[in-house]
Amino acid sequence: MNQTQASPPGPGLLARYQRGEFFCELTSARPDGQADLAALFQRLNAVDEDDLRRRLGLAEKELFDLGVTFTVYSDKDAIDRILPFDILPRVITASEWSRLEAGIIQRVNAINLFLDDLYHDQRILADKVVPADLVLGNANYHQFMKGLKVPCGAYSHVCGIDLIRDQAGEFRVLEDNARTPSGVSYVVENRNLMLQSFPDLMEGARVRPVDNYGLMLRNALDEISPVSGNDPSVVLLSPGIYNSAFFEHVFLAREMGVPLVEGRDLVVEDDRVYMLTTAGRASVDCIYRRIDDAFLDPQVFRPDSMLGVPGLMQAYRKGNVAIANAPGTGVADDKAVYAYMPRIVKYYLGEDAILPNVETFICREAEGLRYTLDNLENLVVKPVGESGGYGMILGPKASRIEIDEFRAKLKADPANYISQPMIGLSVCPTLTDKGVQPRHVDLRPFAVTGAKTTVLSGGLTRVALKEGSLVVNSSQGGGSKDTWVLEA
Amino acid sequence: MSDLLSRNADSIIWLARYMERIENLARILGVAETFARDRAGRNWLPVVQINADEERFFKRHRVADAGTVPHFYILDQDNPNSIISSMRAARENARSLRPLISTEMWRQINRMSTWMGGLSVNAVSQANLSALCTEIKEACQLHGGITEGTFYRDQAHYFYMLGKSLERADQTTRLLDIKYHTLLPRAEDVGSALDVSHWNALLRAAAGYQASRRVFAGTITPRNVAAFMLFSDSFPRSVILCVRQMDWLLTQLRTRYHLRGGARALELLDELRAALTDQTIDAVINRGLHEFIDWVQQHLMLIFGEIREAFCQSR
Repeated sequence: MNQTQASPPGPGLLARYQRGEFFCELTSARPDGQADLAALFQRLNAVDEDDLRRRLGLAEKELFDLGVTFTVYSDKDAIDRILPFDILPRVITASEWSRLEAGIIQRVNAINLFLDDLYHDQRILADKVVPADLVLGNANYHQFMKGLKVPCGAYSHVCGIDLIRDQAGEFRVLEDNARTPSGVSYVVENRNLMLQSFPDLMEGARVRPVDNYGLMLRNALDEISPVSGNDPSVVLLSPGIYNSAFFEHVFLAREMGVPLVEGRDLVVEDDRVYMLTTAGRASVDCIYRRIDDAFLDPQVFRPDSMLGVPGLMQAYRKGNVAIANAPGTGVADDKAVYAYMPRIVKYYLGEDAILPNVETFICREAEGLRYTLDNLENLVVKPVGESGGYGMILGPKASRIEIDEFRAKLKADPANYISQPMIGLSVCPTLTDKGVQPRHVDLRPFAVTGAKTTVLSGGLTRVALKEGSLVVNSSQGGGSKDTWVLEA
Repeated sequence: MSDLLSRNADSIIWLARYMERIENLARILGVAETFARDRAGRNWLPVVQINADEERFFKRHRVADAGTVPHFYILDQDNPNSIISSMRAARENARSLRPLISTEMWRQINRMSTWMGGLSVNAVSQANLSALCTEIKEACQLHGGITEGTFYRDQAHYFYMLGKSLERADQTTRLLDIKYHTLLPRAEDVGSALDVSHWNALLRAAAGYQASRRVFAGTITPRNVAAFMLFSDSFPRSVILCVRQMDWLLTQLRTRYHLRGGARALELLDELRAALTDQTIDAVINRGLHEFIDWVQQHLMLIFGEIREAFCQSR
């Protein structure tokens, strides 16, 4: 059987791994979980690199075959790509997680209270904690939602909080995603892949399961339905197979056991929503929508939308159908509003934010703008309305010319920007062409809110696969890792 | 009992039709290859004729031979009736049906589609064609087996089977028709050794050769073969069996799932069944086999239209 010659015992997979000056998600000291981390380190270290690569290749092929992919469109072709997967997991200890979980629930509570206030009494604006024009002048603030009572007071039913970890090991919130955050399918599929292809690496690891997400979401959607508790008819509304996140829509519909509908499958009559079935019309009580606000209802939002359902908003207003996430949540996850989040938490809950922000300078304020212009080469400057890492500049990594060009843009439209110090994102051992190397990671846990908020015990760990890169977005060379939250 | 979206019902019928169409086209190309071998390359035109593609085909090609027809029907992405086009359409439909079909069905369709997308021109060359057709046919059979073994038996499954039976009936008539187009110009060949070998090849293409040997007492005649492929109550690809199956499926949908539509489709199926059971093969041949086949195909189209009208209208 063993015809290949045994190679001399190597120094181990992780022997040459150097985390540098960054916090390492596997090797840096933690308050708890030492035994688990040490055992994992040993197990990973004993793995043969070639064998790991071979198995990873097979696993990635399987992801492709299963269509666990996102679609990239070029001029002519639609290409299905897998999100590159790195086999070395990211570990969060039990005590770290309990603090993260409490901080996320606190933040999501504050976001929902903030939205409820903005669409009703606007106390926070009257008390001048948040500038009124920042909210009321925001394109994502919908007059339509004013005075509308939403079930359970929940607006952002699915909320993804992007976290990073600085050099001191402190988790900080980088961004709130209160509209239709994506990525949760990768959390579950990455785990499935680990369990199937690398059971030996998971053996004995006391990792919390993530396969209950569909149930969590389904329960929350049942809770907000107008016929809650009476087997409500829930659907997932998708833009269709050409959407780049279509796989995730399939995944969620499947996990929840609900129909995956498109706008053309729905009709509104007498302010009630129906789906068109082989047996005629069937009523719909709750819609988990994965299309943007602008496309929901051509009668209220973009009149040219072909993806939405005419009359949907009227049915929603009447309380005949629940919609998750509620329209108009985008005003709460705006990058400019983000800067005020610690004050928003304090205002509604009377508590300090458990999870700190990254220090943020608001360029719409004279002081923030001056500081930003004076320190461009040390700061990360982001446009407030963009996502996916577009339109931003990393001062320490930019050339003189790029900085000067950016300075002009910033001066022309300061209210469009915020700036933050460059954070040395934590790293995680990652399998690269040059062996196992540190690569920067972030973390997006998912919180689901119906009658109350629960957090999936895991999250999407995105990894910047390019050496030294801090940009983890899949559109710009990012990959993902399985995220292990350890049992206490 | 869960609802089935009209749009999904439509997609599932089409998924079944495309997969069945791919398999049958592979069978037809396989048998055409056998015919052509006997007749010095002159027999590729019938494939174009039975698919009513003359106009489209001769816009791009001057002659219908081994160099043009297999390429046109397997790899040509601009031909909507090619296997690669059907594959693409099958995958798109499967993609929209992913929450309904089994993961294993989707995985196999996805893999098959990737495989087909990577085929080179050399794969359809005369030397490789027969092997390729077998591979395509087997991939479709794998799809069928996975579907049988994993597809949840609810409404969606009935619509899938409806699409499959409908396409199969249609394709069997086309396969039978290939002989009409192939041999009619050479009446002196009827009954010759060459003729018999062609009918054998045709039966083999429809996977009916062995079974037919058990049924026909003596020699293989055009009359026997046509009767077998149209009227056999036991041959899985016969037209009557497909029609009976459709009738049963539609009735099930109406009783088990309380779907109200489809009455007109049932009437049309009844007419079709009567035409297939109430006359002898000699009567059909006397009145013209080709004309009869044409009528059956027209009827199948009407039935399909009625089914879509009744169950698959979005808006």
